[in-house]
Amino acid sequence: MAGNPTLDWIDIVVIVGYLLTTGYLGWLGYRGTRTAADFLVGGRSAHPVVMAVSYAATFISTAAIVGFGGVAAMFGMSLMWLTFVNILFGILLAFTLLGEPTRRLGHHLSAHTFPELLGARYQSKGIQVLAGLVIFLAMPLYSAAVMTGGTVFVVTQFGISFEVALLVMALITAAYVIPGGLKAVMYTDTLQGFVMILAMIYLLWFTYSSLGGIEPAHRALTDLADLVPPTLQAIGHEGWTRMPAFGWGATNYDLWWTVVSAIILGVGIGVLAQPQLVVRFMTVRSRRELDRAVPTGAIFILLLVGTPYLVGSLSNAWFTQHGPLLTGQVVKEIDPASGHALVGLMKEATPGQWAPVINPKTQQPTVVPMAIASRETARDPAGQTLELVKGRSPSVVYAKGEPDQIIPTYISTALPRWFGLIFFLALLAAAMSTMSSQFHTIGTAAGRDLYERLTGKPGHEPSLLVMRVAIVIGLLAAVTISYTVRQEYVVARFTAIFFGLCAATFLPAYIGGLFWRRATRTGALASMLVGMGVSVFWLLFIKSREASAIGLVQFVTDGKTSLLADHPNWPMVDPIVIALPLAILTLVLVSLVTRPVDPRHLGVCFPKEQGR
Amino acid sequence: MLGIPDPLVLTAFLGCILVTLISLIYGLARRNAARDELTQEDRAWALEEKRVEDEI
Repeated sequence: MAGNPTLDWIDIVVIVGYLLTTGYLGWLGYRGTRTAADFLVGGRSAHPVVMAVSYAATFISTAAIVGFGGVAAMFGMSLMWLTFVNILFGILLAFTLLGEPTRRLGHHLSAHTFPELLGARYQSKGIQVLAGLVIFLAMPLYSAAVMTGGTVFVVTQFGISFEVALLVMALITAAYVIPGGLKAVMYTDTLQGFVMILAMIYLLWFTYSSLGGIEPAHRALTDLADLVPPTLQAIGHEGWTRMPAFGWGATNYDLWWTVVSAIILGVGIGVLAQPQLVVRFMTVRSRRELDRAVPTGAIFILLLVGTPYLVGSLSNAWFTQHGPLLTGQVVKEIDPASGHALVGLMKEATPGQWAPVINPKTQQPTVVPMAIASRETARDPAGQTLELVKGRSPSVVYAKGEPDQIIPTYISTALPRWFGLIFFLALLAAAMSTMSSQFHTIGTAAGRDLYERLTGKPGHEPSLLVMRVAIVIGLLAAVTISYTVRQEYVVARFTAIFFGLCAATFLPAYIGGLFWRRATRTGALASMLVGMGVSVFWLLFIKSREASAIGLVQFVTDGKTSLLADHPNWPMVDPIVIALPLAILTLVLVSLVTRPVDPRHLGVCFPKEQGR
Repeated sequence: MLGIPDPLVLTAFLGCILVTLISLIYGLARRNAARDELTQEDRAWALEEKRVEDEI
């Protein structure tokens, strides 16, 4: 399914037109006010649409579109719950409940990074250093997810190898980030955000219209339930328009626990404690600006997150109706009336003679679910007669079993090539805006939160050098992770791990710091250590997919993939389900038994203010 | 309804639209409700932020 690497004139016109427009508007932006801080310094207000789209562009990237879109293609429309939680928590609650208190506390305490905010609120160098360390060590994982998402798209769109595409992505990122692309230039972010929105609207319209409309499209997807690959059926997949089977104590509930605990809860709640997003609230001028940004932010997330999840799921219906025809021999009839069957794929070895396609991973014949379109007689290499069938399959078959490749494969197969190019450029822009904020956060965590705190030398030059070195280290770490780890839906998993770790480590101390004056330094530090410790332990020893990839658990248990491998469902439960409640409990209990915070410091954190 | 047989998936599908509408109504209703004031403290914070951004 690799794309055609040759360009025709319309492709070149599209690319040049896009780049010229971006460059011109970027230049216009650079001449005047550029960043959120510039707006504040100038005493002016960013337009609420600019502010909201710029904020959302920071956390929408290739990870959401390629990674989670691919997961939706595998697991179905149950992922719409993540869109719901993203809008409810990531926009509505974050902007209305957390935005203003964060902005005020940050300005009262003169905090410029998330660890600095926590450290200043709790008057603790240890808290700031710990938070900085977690960010510096874990953020490259999230950057790797964004980078892999972009790389996979390049691979599919231009038909080049993963290694070459990763090198190209790394060079583009370095060129963007190292010479000064770290500034969140709001107008450029906004332009790129709007290009993404237009691309998503077209993608959604194309998908629904090519399937006959909203209801027929959903019904077509519902009718494919028996074509769910057997490996997914075994863990509880009941169709792309149904939630996975729910229960506890049997492996056929594994998918529910993966979807709900890791994807919906981990990512949905984790967005509230993302360091680079929390800092964004401090750059806002006032509560009014936050209120006005809510509608645009919600619409933006609905389109940019909801569309890939819907289109990912519906790509199964599109491929089974319009995808390229596949050829094979029936292994097992699933439903003869609808022509659904498990088919062993075959290729024409010599003219008129058909041989099985061997799966390079398993070295076994490739068997796929298929909606059969026609049947004919043919011969195998030994000259024996066989019944050859032609038909179409769900999207994961066309993506060669790689969920991360489903969205790129769908776009390169189903949509016009000019759209693929626009989509790629917009996707690249989304990746860059997210990665620039990630590397900015890595740099400030290393410079301000680790170097300055640990050496006790708040000085600009050495700290800036540390920041720059940290950014280069972060970039190299992200590229190394992308190159090394290429497992199933790795983009979504890396994102979920980072978001879950942030939620368990930071969320109780952050929310407690904003709203609970009784929350103490010891309580916050203990809560962070418990949240982080339990999360790391769970990832190393319990959650089988991550634990088995790291390998420590096999060493300890003589080959098992989890300490709880003999207890169904436990190895699928995300760390956030255990670590976050324990961290909250720790914050409350330890705070209640330790000395309350000095009222004078609380007076600095929360001076009496009216009507703001 | 809408070709989605599972009420939980249908709830998520419609819930996304509903929560977006609530956000829209909230933003419009509170358009001018909160004060819009830039304090000296806010400006001092922004100057420091801009200095770090310019240097990095």
